[in-house]
Amino acid sequence: MELKEAIKPGKMNLQEILKPENLVYGKSEVLNDDVMHYCPGCSHGVVHKILAELIDEMGIQEKTVGVAPVGCAVFAYNYIDIDWQEAAHGRAPAVATGIARLNPENFVFTYQGDGDLASIGSAEIMHACNRGENILVIFINNGIYGMTGGQMAPTTLEGMVTATTPYGRNVDLNGYPMKITNLIAQLPGTSYVTRQAVHTPASVRKCKRSIKKAIQNVLDKKGTSFVEVVSTCNSGWKMTPVDANKWMEENMIPYYPLGDLKDSVKGEHSDN
Amino acid sequence: MARVIGAVVVDKEACKGCSLCVEACPQDVLALHMEVNSKGYHYSYMKDPDACIGCSNCGVVCPDTCITVYRVKAS
Amino acid sequence: MGEVKLMKGNEVLAEAAIRCGCDGYFGYPITPQSEVMETLMARQPWNSTGMVVLQAESEVASINMVYGAAATGKKVMTSSSSPGISLMAEGISYIAGAELPCLIVNVQRGGPGLGTIQPSQADYFQAVKGGGHGDYKMIVLAPSSVQEMNDFVDLGFELAFKYRNPAMILADGAIGQMMEKVELADYKPRWTKEEVLEKNGDWATTGKTASRKKNIVTSLEMDSAKMEQNNLRFQEKYRKMEEEDVRYEAIQCDDADFVIVAFGTSSRVCLKAVEVARAKGLKVGLLRPITLFPFPNKAIKELARKTKGFLSVEMSAGQMVEDIKLAVYEAGSNARVDHFGRMGGIIPTPTEVVEALEEKFSWELSYGVKRSY
Repeated sequence: MELKEAIKPGKMNLQEILKPENLVYGKSEVLNDDVMHYCPGCSHGVVHKILAELIDEMGIQEKTVGVAPVGCAVFAYNYIDIDWQEAAHGRAPAVATGIARLNPENFVFTYQGDGDLASIGSAEIMHACNRGENILVIFINNGIYGMTGGQMAPTTLEGMVTATTPYGRNVDLNGYPMKITNLIAQLPGTSYVTRQAVHTPASVRKCKRSIKKAIQNVLDKKGTSFVEVVSTCNSGWKMTPVDANKWMEENMIPYYPLGDLKDSVKGEHSDN
Repeated sequence: MARVIGAVVVDKEACKGCSLCVEACPQDVLALHMEVNSKGYHYSYMKDPDACIGCSNCGVVCPDTCITVYRVKAS
Repeated sequence: MGEVKLMKGNEVLAEAAIRCGCDGYFGYPITPQSEVMETLMARQPWNSTGMVVLQAESEVASINMVYGAAATGKKVMTSSSSPGISLMAEGISYIAGAELPCLIVNVQRGGPGLGTIQPSQADYFQAVKGGGHGDYKMIVLAPSSVQEMNDFVDLGFELAFKYRNPAMILADGAIGQMMEKVELADYKPRWTKEEVLEKNGDWATTGKTASRKKNIVTSLEMDSAKMEQNNLRFQEKYRKMEEEDVRYEAIQCDDADFVIVAFGTSSRVCLKAVEVARAKGLKVGLLRPITLFPFPNKAIKELARKTKGFLSVEMSAGQMVEDIKLAVYEAGSNARVDHFGRMGGIIPTPTEVVEALEEKFSWELSYGVKRSY
């Protein structure tokens, strides 16, 4: 810890401020000490942190089991201090189904990227949500395959340049950016479906409230809760983290607008 | 008049210098240091500590959870 | 004596699962094994033993549900037939790589492709040599009767947990569809939460408590040196299976000049073929591997020292015959190894088998000694 930079000459002694009773924001104990392997500014770190904070605050560490995907978040199990299982690419909702069906007293969540959830695992996510499995799905949508080097994802925007769409995504060739969360919201097995972001302090706080509500729904056995987090992949997008946030706001969010898509109970259809 | 005094502590070895905290700070307190940490990142630090109000925005947006925020009310 | 019933092989699989305290079944319909899930759904074990039964959206999903459920330290299984097992191959590899116990049933049908719905043994290679990617093995049990369909469910779970490894029952459409008298096992209670924690709490995803570190179920290891160590540990486990858990049945092999090697449905045919051959004055025996992996290498090696030839009889183009040849080669024997098989869902007849034996070993039969090359 670098204390030197925090000195406030003439106003108040730093030691007087840095007391446990004055702590307003710090690292949750449910977050492990390992430095995350993510690139600087990656949204994954923020979402991991939100999950760890909520597991801590809601007192559910002993009943939580996370299912990690294939993709950049494959090592999520290194960072949050809970039991984890690493799934095959796209199969996290099936794996979570197996865990949650056998141990319904557990809180089970999947953490998946856009390639994992919306491409290779589109069948598993649809059917898990349609069955109304009591699980939380965290869906990180940054419109690109980060882990494999920035290839096109199902959610890549039209015209967006990736390693496999070097001249931009051509919808005639590659189809359209998939709003899978809107499809998910149609399924009667889901209770709460929302789209959030974590690029500003306000959006992080709002996203945390949404995930908290989603976790509570799962604990209350209300069916599947699904939280999409529109995210950046500044390495894949070849931008600075700050520019990536700006680009996301100007391009991603207009196509993937933030807000709740469904907030009801299992068994009800959504009009979205 | 009561006023709020804040301070942030950056774990400079964990910081990757993404500067999202710098962008998020409403008081322009933070900046990236000229020096680098052992991994070669220009880490975040309090350039203008007097201005900190302990709002936690920097900590909230930090993907690497390397910012701890303190706040006191002083008269 | 337990309850005796006349039942279909597939129905018995379901019944045995409930009775042995299985915690969960995940499956997808496919001929010729659909009766397994149908029987489970009709029996509604969730009301009696608490066993979970779920129809998945695909075999890919089934095996991954098994992967998730197996990680909880409980007894879980799936069943399918050949094309479905191909779809499960990736998941089976993950289960083996993450060292989880589970039971997988393959009621084989003929292939390749959509093939036929009639019985076959053409998935031998897929079952015993891996099937999915990477160096792994499954314990493979080959039932030859409805009774063994019952017995191998419990045995399969026992071996799966002994080694923390997937076990497979490699049956075929004939065993799955036939009705026979079966003595059902007595009911065993499912493991309690405390028993699961005691037996498997050091690796299962039961929820991290303050008293232990988090359990991570994964097959991933980025450090090559560590990954090689993982592989070496797996190989050691497979060697241990070969040391401790080979099962086979030798019938009239002691004085046999020729030994037929056959498993499952074809072994039933060959039992009759031995009788027919013996009536003709031919000294023929039958070796029936019960575990296909671990393969009864030692038994074959011992027989190779005194017999003139082996005939592998399979409902395939000849797969197990390669393992017999390896064992005979390792024994330094010059006993000849040949194969007779039918494909496309056709089961050979005893007469066909005896005729094939007489034809393929005509030299040895004429001259009374081993043919040397």
